[in-house]
Amino acid sequence: MTLFPFHGGLVMERRKSLSSGLPVTPSTLPSLLVFPLLQRDGGEARPGVTMGERVLRGQRIAGGDHLLDPPIHASTSGRVVALQEWPLPQPGGMRGSCLVIEPDGADEAVEPLPPLDPLALTRDTLRARLHEAGITGMGGAGFPAAAKLAGDGPPIDTLIVNGAECEPYITCDEALLRERADTVARGTELLRRVIGAGQALIAIESDLPLALEAARAALEAEDLPRVRVVAVPVRYPVGGERQLIQTLTGREVPSRLWPTAIGILCQNVATVAAIHRAVTLGRVPDTRIVTVTGLGIREPRNLEVRLGTPLSHLIAHCGGYTASADRLILGGPMMGYPIGRDDIPVTKSVNAILVAGLGELPVSGEALPCIRCGLCADACPAQLLPQQLHRQVQGGHLPRALDQHLFDCIECGCCDAVCPSRIPLTPSFRQAKQAARTMREERDKAEHARRRFEARQARLLREQGEREEAARRRKAELGQGVSKIQATLAKTRLKRAARISPPAEPRQR
Amino acid sequence: MFAVIVLSLLFAAFGLLLRWSSQRLKVAGNPLAERIDALLPQTQCGQCGYPGCRPYAEAIARDEADINRCPPGGEHCLAALAELLGREPKPLDPACGATKPPAVASIDEPRCIGCALCLPACPVDAILGAPRYLHTVIASECTGCELCVPVCPVDCIEMVSPPARTPHPIRSGPGREAG
Repeated sequence: MTLFPFHGGLVMERRKSLSSGLPVTPSTLPSLLVFPLLQRDGGEARPGVTMGERVLRGQRIAGGDHLLDPPIHASTSGRVVALQEWPLPQPGGMRGSCLVIEPDGADEAVEPLPPLDPLALTRDTLRARLHEAGITGMGGAGFPAAAKLAGDGPPIDTLIVNGAECEPYITCDEALLRERADTVARGTELLRRVIGAGQALIAIESDLPLALEAARAALEAEDLPRVRVVAVPVRYPVGGERQLIQTLTGREVPSRLWPTAIGILCQNVATVAAIHRAVTLGRVPDTRIVTVTGLGIREPRNLEVRLGTPLSHLIAHCGGYTASADRLILGGPMMGYPIGRDDIPVTKSVNAILVAGLGELPVSGEALPCIRCGLCADACPAQLLPQQLHRQVQGGHLPRALDQHLFDCIECGCCDAVCPSRIPLTPSFRQAKQAARTMREERDKAEHARRRFEARQARLLREQGEREEAARRRKAELGQGVSKIQATLAKTRLKRAARISPPAEPRQR
Repeated sequence: MFAVIVLSLLFAAFGLLLRWSSQRLKVAGNPLAERIDALLPQTQCGQCGYPGCRPYAEAIARDEADINRCPPGGEHCLAALAELLGREPKPLDPACGATKPPAVASIDEPRCIGCALCLPACPVDAILGAPRYLHTVIASECTGCELCVPVCPVDCIEMVSPPARTPHPIRSGPGREAG
C-alpha cells in the first residue's frame, strides 16, 4: 500500500521497552472510585443517583440525552458517598465535581443491555447504543463515539482504526492488540459495515511486530477481506488523527472540520474494542488498559484498570515510586502534562502514567530569546509557523494568532523539542487557546446581552406607542362624548324654549 | 488635443462609475459604530456616561467620546478598541470607575419587599418579579451592570461572584445530607 508522508514530525527515541511485551494484568479495586462529571464540551454531566444509594457495576450514575453529554457508569458495585470537587485529569491542576463511590467488594453488575445482532445493525441503532453505553474515544481526546456517527457529512468511504501509538513510552494499545486483536478485528468489521465504508484500515507502527502479527492473524482467522492492517512509519506524531489520515490516504482534513467531512471515520483501537463489547455483549466500558511506566516506577506494567481508580492506587500496585522518581506526567512525554498529585482518577481517555526518573526527560531550563531559526516551522506537523504564533501570543495579539490558525495546533510538542532556545511553545499555545475560548465565551455573552437589551428597548418603545395610542383614543372618545352632551343640552334647551314660549314676556329682567 | 479628450472621457467614465458604486454599494447604518459596539461588553451599565453601549459606540464613532470610558470592558476592550481605531491605548478614565471582577446581582429574598422598582432599572430584563411579589435575579442573564443596586429602597441587592457554568446540584437522598 502506498503511504503518504506528512509534513514535519520527529523521529525520536521510543523507550517503549520498559512496558512493551508485558501482559495486561488486572489491577485491584481501590478503596474509592472517583468519576469526574466534566464532559468533553466543557459542561458537567447531571448526576442521576442519590447520596448513599447503592449502585451496581455498569449502572448509569450521570449523563444526559445529548450526544455530547454521554452517560457515565459505575465501574463496580458500591455506595455513592460524595459529590465533591476533586482534581481532574486535565492540564493546569483543574478541579471539578466528581461522584465518589465506595466499592463494597461484591462487584455485582447490572443486567447488561440487550445484545444487538451486528448483521442487523443500522447506523441509528448503533449510535443510540454507543451513547447509552457512554463510549468515548479512548485514544486521548475522549470525543463521544456516538457523536462521530451523526451522519451529517458525505458518505464514509474509509474507516481508520488508530493503533499507531506514536508517543514514546506508551504501550497500552500495543498490549490490547497483542492480547485482544480478535475483538479489535470484529469491532472494526462491525463498525465498517454499519457506516458502509468500503475499506477499513488498522494502522500499527512498523516497529511493533508482535501487535502487527496478532492483528494480521486475527483478520485471517475472522476472514475479513475488507479490513487491512497497515504498518505505518515510526515518525511522531503519526498517530495524530489528521497525520494518520494523511499518511494512509494522502487526503488532508481541512482546518476546523472533522475527518467525517471528507468521508473518513477515525477511531482508536481501544474504542473499537469497547464498541464491539457494547454491541454484542451489551456491556458498558468499565475498565481500560493504562500503561504505568518510567524510571521512577518500580515495576512498569500494562494494567487493566477500573475507571475511576486514583493514580496513587496504580502506582502502589506497580511497586510504588523509586528513589529517583522526579516528575509525574499524565500521558506521554510529548502530549502529556505534568501533574502535581497522584489522587487524580483514571478516566476513559487516560492512557498512560509516566513517572519520570531524575534526568530521564529533558529539563525545561531558562528560555532564551527566539533567534527565528525556523526549525519549529519545519517540525510542525500542522504546517503552522510556531515562531510567528509565539510572537503574537507573547505580544497579546490573540486575534492575529487566531488568524494564523492557532486552533490548528495539535499540541504535539514537536516545536518545543527542536527549539534551540528551549522556548516552551506548546504550553503557551495551550494557554492562548484557553484564553481565546474564554474570549469567545465573553463575546457570546455580550452578544446575548445586546440582543436582550435591544429586545427590551423595542418592547419599551412599543409599549409607549401603545400608551400614546390609547390616550389619543380616549381623548377622541371624550371629545365625541362632549359633543354629544352639548347636542343633548342644545336639544333640551330648544324643547324647553318651545314649552315656555307662550308667556311672551321674558321673566328675566 | 486628442490626449485631452481621451483623459476627459476617462475621467467622466470613472466619475460615473464611482457615483454608481457609491449608490449601489452603500452600507446602511453606521458600520464603524457597529464594529465598535461589537467590541463593547454590552453590560449597558452607563458608567461611560452614555445610556448604553450602543450610544457610547456611536459617540466614539463620531469622535465625541474617548475610548477609555468602559470599566467593565477593562484592558482587553481598550486594547481592541485602540487597535480597531488605530489610536494609542491609554489607561482607563478613573472618573468612570474601576474594572471589577465579573459579578452578578443577587436579591436577598427575605428582605425584598416586592416594590418592583428594580424591574425597570434592569437593562436586560434579568430580574423576574411583580409588585408585592418576591423578585429574583436570573443569574445567567445578568450582566453585572449594578444599575438595580441603587434603586432598591431596602438595599437587598448585592453583587456576588457568578455561578459555575453548569450547576447541577445532586438530589439529596432520604435522611442524608448532600456531601
